Amino acid sequence: MNIHESAGLFFIAAAMVFFLSGTVGLLRFPDIYTRLHALTKADNVGLGLLILGLSLQAPDWLTVAKLILIWLLVLLASSTSCHLVARRALQKDIKPWALK
Amino acid sequence: MIYNGVALFLLLTVIAGMVRIIKGPTVADRMMAAQLFGTCGLAILLVLARGMDMPELIDIALAFSLLATLATMTFVRRTWYKGDDDEHS
Repeated sequence: MNIHESAGLFFIAAAMVFFLSGTVGLLRFPDIYTRLHALTKADNVGLGLLILGLSLQAPDWLTVAKLILIWLLVLLASSTSCHLVARRALQKDIKPWALK
Repeated sequence: MIYNGVALFLLLTVIAGMVRIIKGPTVADRMMAAQLFGTCGLAILLVLARGMDMPELIDIALAFSLLATLATMTFVRRTWYKGDDDEHS
């Protein structure tokens, strides 16, 4: 196993930690805003680390470009939907947990 | 083998996230669990593309990456209006 393979496996293992913490945050946090925070940040860092690990093992540059394009699209998409959900929740007078 | 284990772990986190669909309390919480499925499903596709040596799964993931967000946007714009009370649904 060469250096690229093992470094990729290391990053994939680190990504699993972030995915796990994202799910635990979604289950354990008290209100909708904190859950949004856990979901849209931790999961995207996890996906980024996974894509970094898989890019280190990728056979050619086209695959790397596709993987990075996927990550950028997901970043754009999830931040947009996070803002939409949080703004609509504020419009519906759902109080943040700290202000209760 | 390692990659199949990673995909299985991601699937287990998705299943754990389903608890949030059952508990609610608002519709948006359930929709956020669907968003979690989107991200985790994408990660599962990418890992399986490496593990099962099927590079075409990366193209599927590329198309998949925007679907969960389209669902969330449609939900916010069309279903979750300002006035209606969904706290108990």
